[in-house]
Amino acid sequence: MNEIVEPPPPQKLAGPPPPQRLAGPPLWEVFIRGRRGLSHVHAGSLHAPDAEMALRNARDVYTRRGEGVSIWVVPSVAICASSPDEKDPFFAPAADKVYRHPTFYTLPEEVRQM
Amino acid sequence: MSEGTVDPMAPALFSYALRLGDDALILSQRLSEWASRAPEIEEDIALTNIALDLLGQARALLDYAAVIEGHQRDEDDLAYLRTERDFCNVHLVEQENGDFAHTIARQLFFSTYQLFLYEELISSTDELLAGVAAKGVKEAAYHHDHALQWTVRLGDGTEDSRRRMQAAVDRLWPFTAELFDADEVEKELAVHGIAVDPSNLRARWERAIHDALASATLTVPSTLWTSHGGRRGVHTECFGYLLAEMQYLHRLHPGASW
Amino acid sequence: MAERDHLEPGEQSPALARRFDEMLAEDDRIEPRDWMPDAYRATLIRQIAQHAHSEIIGMQPEANWITRAPSLRRKAILMAKVQDEAGHGLYLYGAAETLGVDRRDLLELLNTRKQRYSSIFNYPTTSWADVGAIGWLVDGAAITNQVPLCRCSYGPYARAMVRICKEESFHQRQGFDLLLTLSKGTAEQHAMAQDAVNRWWWPSLMMFGPPDDQSPNSAQSMAWGIKRFSNDELRQKFVDMTVPQADVLGLSLPDPELTLDGQTGHYRFGPIDWDEFARVLKGGGPCNEQRIAHRVKAHDEGEWVRQAAAAHAAKHAPVRALKPATEAVA
Repeated sequence: MNEIVEPPPPQKLAGPPPPQRLAGPPLWEVFIRGRRGLSHVHAGSLHAPDAEMALRNARDVYTRRGEGVSIWVVPSVAICASSPDEKDPFFAPAADKVYRHPTFYTLPEEVRQM
Repeated sequence: MSEGTVDPMAPALFSYALRLGDDALILSQRLSEWASRAPEIEEDIALTNIALDLLGQARALLDYAAVIEGHQRDEDDLAYLRTERDFCNVHLVEQENGDFAHTIARQLFFSTYQLFLYEELISSTDELLAGVAAKGVKEAAYHHDHALQWTVRLGDGTEDSRRRMQAAVDRLWPFTAELFDADEVEKELAVHGIAVDPSNLRARWERAIHDALASATLTVPSTLWTSHGGRRGVHTECFGYLLAEMQYLHRLHPGASW
Repeated sequence: MAERDHLEPGEQSPALARRFDEMLAEDDRIEPRDWMPDAYRATLIRQIAQHAHSEIIGMQPEANWITRAPSLRRKAILMAKVQDEAGHGLYLYGAAETLGVDRRDLLELLNTRKQRYSSIFNYPTTSWADVGAIGWLVDGAAITNQVPLCRCSYGPYARAMVRICKEESFHQRQGFDLLLTLSKGTAEQHAMAQDAVNRWWWPSLMMFGPPDDQSPNSAQSMAWGIKRFSNDELRQKFVDMTVPQADVLGLSLPDPELTLDGQTGHYRFGPIDWDEFARVLKGGGPCNEQRIAHRVKAHDEGEWVRQAAAAHAAKHAPVRALKPATEAVA
């Protein structure tokens, strides 16, 4: 629940915190397989002291409504992500290879389904 | 039960369903006191999940007890309108939450017992009890795992947590003997393959708990006394307060629907 | 979430700034590793944190009634609802963490009153009917606010809101259903329901924030695609939706000026007591102290548990980390 009382004034009120503090439990990324036959899909994150607890917490937090049949948890720090600056070299080459998509091919009308 | 016939098993079956149902209801009530108070948000959600599972079991069992009794009572009549003397849960489940270690020790002791109980009750000749057990055994397995994970982390965590966990195990140990008490109700029903004789669960429970405590670097307590009487409606002092809180609103409005 | 590194705050790059503006103009989503203006980041951190805090503090007034719920069915519903709120707080802290802050620090800001939560939770739940009024009115107002946030420009926040809105659909209905049962019940039950609605109606209208002409920062949030409708627009939408529901409930709303304007099709309502709003926001509500004290107590009492788990992980987790993967998992 929430009221969006007042959009906060554009200044640094809750910016990155001061560095001196005890480390909290690490952050984990949660991936859920919705049902057999599907891939695991990123569902969100949570904090847990270790992998076993992370798995159990993920079950309680992200599958309360029967959303999953299998769970992965991955330490957030272990994920390597592409940088948005690499967007072009990373993803643009895929954009001109239309022959990878089935809609590139026109089928004769007699073939009703493929 | 078909109308007009009196099943000679009915009084015992009524008592038995109440016993299992009351255990689940009262433990759920205690666990629900944690909502918004747990050590982490993730744990708040976990404890509520367990409380919800137990409440679901309690409702099925109390509803069944009411049907067997045949006095037009329902789950709410049984939960809200019985007095302390009519509740037949074990003392363990009514013990106060204490700190997180006490709650975990209580969970470890009870969920291990309930898991083993349900594993056998699945084969009950009574269809409804077998059904409750079939669903409940998966839930109890998770509750047991949850308690075990925390027992190990608290026992084998910091010096402070080890001291607290050992204190909790010591404090609650005298309440575990009652789990395995069997009177005429269980014995009679067990003969007919309806109930599980809890005294048969004891050796397995002790092995499992000894292993759990050992892996948590904790010691098995010895005790001079054990607490009994819950199945006969004789409870510990804290139970009256639990019922007062749980029942007051319902009792304040006799006959009202909610 | 993992994707948290970004250009250092304050780093200037006209090309990146232009790209950011273009994405907003195209109604595209901003993702964690994209460049974004510092002020956009700070605004989001504060808003998402405030939203998360509201979910966590919001558990208290309802959890207050779990142990006293008058039927086992209602008890189960209420437990599931309070549990959802914990989950929603958790999703939102997760979204905030993609912006480079740590949940632990955000909770510290809440506990030390440096960040706010929704003022509505500074009112007490003094009767069982309050649980219904919170579901119907407070959750109703919250959903009105939240649905547009599913299209918020910041991807992780929008995704968290999609999940939350999906789960929250049962919250308002259970509140309505609870009040309807009371309203049609005994005279005492009906009076209990009416009293709760009388107390929660005005604070619910305040949940949408100050009137537009006193909300100077709204324009920037709208330009950034964080806010999609103005406070007054959302408030009006809520009133229009709620008044006919009150009729179905057989309960009155405590506003003698509430009338349907035949020309506009909207309900007109009386003046909101903005002095009360300001007072409660500043800490002068009946439960401000209590809510934070409850939260701080839970946090402090949990410290030894968190330390134990961390100590155990430090002793044992490295062993596990060294185990080689023996098979592919995907």
